[in-house]
Amino acid sequence: MIAIAERINGMFSDVKRAIKKKDPSIICDLAIKQTEAGAKFLDVNVGTAAADQCDAMQWLISVIQEVVKTPICIDSQKLDVVKAGLEVVKSEVLINSCKGEPEELDVYLPLAKKHNASLICLTINKQGVPQDVHARVEIAATIAAKAMEHDFDMTKIFIDPILLPINVDQKQPRYLFEVFNQVKYISDPPPHIVVGLSNFSQGTKERSLLNRTFLTMAIAAGLDSAVMDVLDKDLMDATICAEVILNKHIYSDLFLKAVR
Amino acid sequence: MEVPNVAEKWMGCVRKVTIGATKEQGGTRGNIVTVGGAKSIPYMDFEGEQGCKPVIAMDVLDTVPEDWPDALKEPFKDVLNSPAKWAKKCVEQYGADMVCLKLDSIHPDKGNKSAEEAVATVKSILQAVSVPLIIWGCEHNETDNAVMPKVSQAAKGERCLLAGASQDNYKIIAAVCLADGHCLVTQAPVDINIGKQVNILVSDLGFPLDRIIMFQTTGALGYGMEYVYSIQERERIAALSGDNLLGMPVICNVGYESWRAKEAKASDAEAPQWGSCVERGPMWETITAATLLQSGVDIIRMYHPKAVAAVKKFTQDLA
Repeated sequence: MIAIAERINGMFSDVKRAIKKKDPSIICDLAIKQTEAGAKFLDVNVGTAAADQCDAMQWLISVIQEVVKTPICIDSQKLDVVKAGLEVVKSEVLINSCKGEPEELDVYLPLAKKHNASLICLTINKQGVPQDVHARVEIAATIAAKAMEHDFDMTKIFIDPILLPINVDQKQPRYLFEVFNQVKYISDPPPHIVVGLSNFSQGTKERSLLNRTFLTMAIAAGLDSAVMDVLDKDLMDATICAEVILNKHIYSDLFLKAVR
Repeated sequence: MEVPNVAEKWMGCVRKVTIGATKEQGGTRGNIVTVGGAKSIPYMDFEGEQGCKPVIAMDVLDTVPEDWPDALKEPFKDVLNSPAKWAKKCVEQYGADMVCLKLDSIHPDKGNKSAEEAVATVKSILQAVSVPLIIWGCEHNETDNAVMPKVSQAAKGERCLLAGASQDNYKIIAAVCLADGHCLVTQAPVDINIGKQVNILVSDLGFPLDRIIMFQTTGALGYGMEYVYSIQERERIAALSGDNLLGMPVICNVGYESWRAKEAKASDAEAPQWGSCVERGPMWETITAATLLQSGVDIIRMYHPKAVAAVKKFTQDLA
């Protein structure tokens, strides 16, 4: 599982405060804790905390890179903020995200390629967020075709088929499992599949339980990455357990430790 | 029609482990041995680097092996009562890359010899030969825990390979190997899950993963070889798939296991229909080794010089 740690996000009040005051301590703490918890990438989102988002993104990345070597996931819908982030990242990097719209892909794919970055592509187009399996897979296929056109390494593409909250539309999770299954056959090697996991339980009770149950089912269906709360130990344990059950890791009595 | 490229792309590899230390490195060895480094399954060189060539460690016992058949005793008949001379013959005459001293006689039922005697034997072999040394305990936990620390200390700095750590008995041997700078064999009874577990346990003690050699016990041709083969193959595939805790070189004990088989040790009088025992035993050992090599083996413990020569040629021809 490529766990993308979600906590360094200006939507959280502690991070928002840290960005406003340019106080690195809380950011460093989150970077270290999330890395220790098994994060493969640290998502960095400036939110609405700063007037100058480009500057805030660069500050956050620099602060994080001082304390950990964990690759950064630059999370912004704004191209200039993404570019600002790319200027300061020192190692492997993931861009989060661009829409599955050909014109947008033509901008982001060359940019990612130039920086040797991986790229999260949402199955969203001009018609908005698709509500069924077919439209999602169709956009995923457009993304894969564009990646090939740009000679972009498919193993650096992360398809995000948009996970909606369970209390918005209960039919959606089942649709998504089908999407995971189908996206695996889009190319060889296939792209990664990612979701924003915490969104699934927005506005519900038993959030942790909902998240980890969805995630284990999703892993069985082919999901291999998620933007998630890596500090939720039960969630991380369930993830490892699911992967052992699927024979992705060799079992040992200390398997939770081994995978970490 | 274009022929599709079906070669696997492996993301992991087997760590390289170096055994033996020269004078400059704090030991007294004339040459050292590095094993591991494979980036593809054995002999599939179109998929990735093969790493270091497998090496042969010839067994030397610290006591005269009374139960060996004559065909096996014959090449060593003049040295069986002197481990140092035996080791020298293995290296100088039979081309052993390493020597594996098996401390049989410290076992309570096989001589119950003292740690001091074991230390003296180790020292005599280190003096007699310049190749790296494997020191194998008697596999009686209590005895090994008493003797191996002293043996380890006597060979401090030589970067020997000591055997071994098991799931139920790993703390003392791992600690002394760590303190005295040796490499360590982690052992499991044909069980990949336990094999991984032992590696986790010793690494939890701070033992470095690049000083571990894995041992899944060995089965000879006709006596469980296929089980060992499939476990070792699975270990190698896990290593190449990126499992950090299974990415270690592998040792197997071919000599001892092959010569336990009645097909290897039966005399001509006992089994006249099976062909000459002088050829039969070495062939049994050769076939066991040559087969297991293909599952992913880095160090092969062997007995008979004819088998050693045949397997050496095999590894060189295939490389």
